[in-house]
Amino acid sequence: MTVTPTAAPAARVVHLTKTYGTGQALVRALDDVTLDLHARQFTAVMGPSGSGKSTLMHCCAALDTGDSGSVFIGDADLTTLKDKALTRLRRDEVGFVFQSFNLVPTLTAKENILLPLSIAGRKPDPEWYDTVIATVGLGDRLDHKPSELSGGQQQRVAVARALVSRPRIVFADEPTGNLDSRSGAEVLDLLRSAVDQHGQTVVMVTHDPVAASYTDRVVFLADGKVVDELTHPTREQVLETMARMSDPGAVGPVHR
Amino acid sequence: MIRTALKSLLGRKLRLLMSTFAIVLGVAFVAGTLVFSDTMNRSFTALFASVVGDVVVRPEAASAEDQEVSTETIPATLVRELAEVPGAARVDGNVSAIGVFVIDKDNKVVGGLGPPALGGNWTDAPAGHGLTGLEIADGRPPQGPGEVVLDDRTAERAGYALGEDVTIITSSGAEDALRLEPTLVGIADFPEGGSLNGATLSLFDTATAQELFLGGEDAFNDLWVTAEDGVSQEQLRERVAEVLPERFEALTGDEAADESATVLIDNLGFLTTFLLIFAGISLVVGAFLIVNTFSILVAQRSRELALLRALGASRRQVVWSVQLEAFVLGLLGSTVGLGLGVLLAFGLRFLFGQFGLDMSGQSLVFAPRTVIAAYAVGVLVTMVAAWLPARRTGRIAPVQALRDDVAMPESSLHRRLLLGMALLGLGAAALFAGLFVDVPRAGWFVGAGVLGILLGVASASPVISRPFLVAARVVYARVFGSVGNLAGQNSLRNPRRTTATASALMIGLALACTMAIVGDSAKASVDKSVEENFVGDYIVSNVFGGSFSPAIGDQVARVEGVDQVVRERFSVARRDGDQQGVAATGADDLDALRLEVTDGSADGLGEGTVLLQRSWAEDEGYAVGDTVELDTPGGEQAWEVAGVFEDNPVVFFPILTTPRTLLEAGYPDKDNALIVFAETGGAARGLQDRLDRIVEELPIVTVKDEAGFAEEQREPIDRLLLMIYALLGLALVIAVLGIVNTLALSIIERTREVGLLRAIGLSRGQLRRMVTMESVVISLLGAVLGVLLGLGFGAALMYAVRDEGLEVISVPVGQLSWFLGLSLVIGVLAAVLPARRAARLDVLRAIATE
Repeated sequence: MTVTPTAAPAARVVHLTKTYGTGQALVRALDDVTLDLHARQFTAVMGPSGSGKSTLMHCCAALDTGDSGSVFIGDADLTTLKDKALTRLRRDEVGFVFQSFNLVPTLTAKENILLPLSIAGRKPDPEWYDTVIATVGLGDRLDHKPSELSGGQQQRVAVARALVSRPRIVFADEPTGNLDSRSGAEVLDLLRSAVDQHGQTVVMVTHDPVAASYTDRVVFLADGKVVDELTHPTREQVLETMARMSDPGAVGPVHR
Repeated sequence: MIRTALKSLLGRKLRLLMSTFAIVLGVAFVAGTLVFSDTMNRSFTALFASVVGDVVVRPEAASAEDQEVSTETIPATLVRELAEVPGAARVDGNVSAIGVFVIDKDNKVVGGLGPPALGGNWTDAPAGHGLTGLEIADGRPPQGPGEVVLDDRTAERAGYALGEDVTIITSSGAEDALRLEPTLVGIADFPEGGSLNGATLSLFDTATAQELFLGGEDAFNDLWVTAEDGVSQEQLRERVAEVLPERFEALTGDEAADESATVLIDNLGFLTTFLLIFAGISLVVGAFLIVNTFSILVAQRSRELALLRALGASRRQVVWSVQLEAFVLGLLGSTVGLGLGVLLAFGLRFLFGQFGLDMSGQSLVFAPRTVIAAYAVGVLVTMVAAWLPARRTGRIAPVQALRDDVAMPESSLHRRLLLGMALLGLGAAALFAGLFVDVPRAGWFVGAGVLGILLGVASASPVISRPFLVAARVVYARVFGSVGNLAGQNSLRNPRRTTATASALMIGLALACTMAIVGDSAKASVDKSVEENFVGDYIVSNVFGGSFSPAIGDQVARVEGVDQVVRERFSVARRDGDQQGVAATGADDLDALRLEVTDGSADGLGEGTVLLQRSWAEDEGYAVGDTVELDTPGGEQAWEVAGVFEDNPVVFFPILTTPRTLLEAGYPDKDNALIVFAETGGAARGLQDRLDRIVEELPIVTVKDEAGFAEEQREPIDRLLLMIYALLGLALVIAVLGIVNTLALSIIERTREVGLLRAIGLSRGQLRRMVTMESVVISLLGAVLGVLLGLGFGAALMYAVRDEGLEVISVPVGQLSWFLGLSLVIGVLAAVLPARRAARLDVLRAIATE
């Protein structure tokens, strides 16, 4: 593994705050979060339920907006963009993999993969397309509808779709949450190799320590704040950090 | 269980509202029609009760069925004789005439098509049962030749006040009495209620009326005998009948009123039928909408229903919970529909007022029958329509509550196709029987056949429409790229739903196309027959299609440049109880009409003989030398067939005789049409202007050349078409709501997918475009099916009546393409709201939707 963070991060979060509700019911989903998401790295965001990890990802992915602070993808400040520009940014600069229901049921696997490009009216780069298809390893099942594919295959199609438009950054929201461990491993391998072989930036939200162990860096969130961080984590390190976080007394400043 | 059903109903208010709308419209039609026809009946019944005495004495042949006044009269001496009858308080003689037109201050005839222009003598005779009949509300009764009394509505419409001179044109009487200008001395009305329903009434004193309408004879058209206190109508009638000479008959007032009212109500009954047919159409279309809505709603709730089953609800309970929703919905729809129906009845009353049937004097009649019918129809249709999807819920297995994706059990497409084909076959057979086989009540066969075919196509359309949907997807994908592809795929996703929605539109458009073809063919036939057969240079006829005084013909004949005037008369007799038209023209005029007599001889036409139209004579089995037997106001007639002529539309009826023969048979001395032949050369110059001057003097007639005549003949067809289109427009509105409903529901169903598409970069505009394209596929499918079926129906109908003077089958291509274009617009419009709704979906929440 020869990954070196480049000078310019793929995405930056600066003093981002987001709250839900008012008064007594006020929840700080994100509390003044500042974070760089490095290019050409596989980053995992972890944290207990309600820690704000999904909100953070949604804000980074131009699906949601914060109350204050900024989010940058490349040089673009998402907080200043209107819906139209955000849609274009999602289309051209961002790739998505969700936990489930990733594919349009009426389209074949191939059509699903090409959907973001064809929506944008762009032709796929044939070489890159072949590469992606080869990596996904779907073979002759490309002309099948999603209902004819297994869960793991569907999720790999979703990854291919996220990769094919060569976005600046791919966000994956618990991509293995609905899969058995073997299918999950295949999907994680796929994401890993996209980073290693093609320099793709990937950010993944997960609560699975095994999944996190595939990444270059794990960012831990609790109560809307970044509370810890690991680089080149192992499963044991992640488990240990998580255990420390679930002990109320241990939550505090980050110790390096 | 009941509570669960009601709760789920409340949770889906808006979605259900739109499907309720179909019920609302259908019920409104039913209720509106019933309220209107009850109002009409009450109005006429009230009128006729006010215009009969206790006992009515009239010439035997005069019945109310043919709305002409018989030329048979009752001598005044009978009045004195009947006054001696014990129990008779008084006897009054009435003079009555039809075709006494009041001209307003703008030189226009007051009134319109339909209600008659009545004239007569003023008497203060009480109506039957001691009711006050007509009463002078203002002013005084008329005295002497220069005075007249009008009914209040007519005076108001014409703008005449007491003391002013009124222009009246009679259609009988001598030339110097054609245009009268008596002074208005009184205004009459019915204090007991009832209204003339748009008829006009001009009353003179008895001597003047006899002079004007009976040629000065001291006689009456009928007599009223008023009973003394304690003498019943029936007792008096028997006593009067004993002393009556043979030619006369006596009826009780109740009988006479019933007879008159029944005849008129029967004549207007087609209106009720007509409107109820449209109520039926909107209910059938509405039923489609309900089936569809419930199918979708049930599909969306299948998991919830499975859970109920898992928790122990029986199959029947689940089915009935859906039926209960339908019941409540039907109840709601019926209530709103009932309210709307009353408004509709107001509208109808106004509309008919515009056409001359003025019933503003009669308040709306709201019978319990209307309420019962409205609720029965609304609730029944809803529940029956919801039954199909409800029954399917019973097949949801409880275990499905535990699964992620629950699919509603669907009936197989194969079965749908078979059912559709069976319906189609039955419908086609019924249609064929109704059109080409001599069956009783052919109209029912035709109606049932059309319905069968429509339902058959609707049922089979998920299968037979597949090529269209696939082609639409391919075209969309080609032209609009992936957004088009998505839209095309979506309409293929659930072909049942797509085609059911399209079927609603199909029904409305199929009927509209049929009418367009029938109307266009009828107009083309009219044009063709006018072009081929128009003789002479001008036709003079009554503005309302009625008759006019022969004195007008005399005047026209004297106009400089007129070579010849051919008079035609049209009368209605009865043959074996059915109405039969009889035309008459002078025997000398046959050449001018270019009548081609092939059997017998035109010379034989004279008093007591007739010529017959060939096709009719053949159908009825008459040959030269036979006698045709007819019932006329003057009694039974047996006319000898002198000849057979080739079909000729200038002769409007299959039996042609002479004016003299008609007079003898008790018909009034009035013309119906004049065919004017101009002299050749200079004398004819300016003829039109000179004829127009006569019309100006006598606005009850018009002068038309060939083009004008053709246009006049086409006009009623256009008017009828317009009315039918307006009513079918409602069916289209329901269909549009159906599309809106289906789209909105399927977007709710696909919320997650919409969110996904938005997340991976589909813009709002693209999403809107996608929904619009889905909508356009539905509307175009409906339009294509509808136009095809309409073409079939139209051609079949026209082929069936090709022998009845409608030999031209004309397909209004322009109009049909207009329908297709319209459906495109409908598709786009129907998508506006659902598309906006889809575009507004919050991406995050959409993705998170379960």
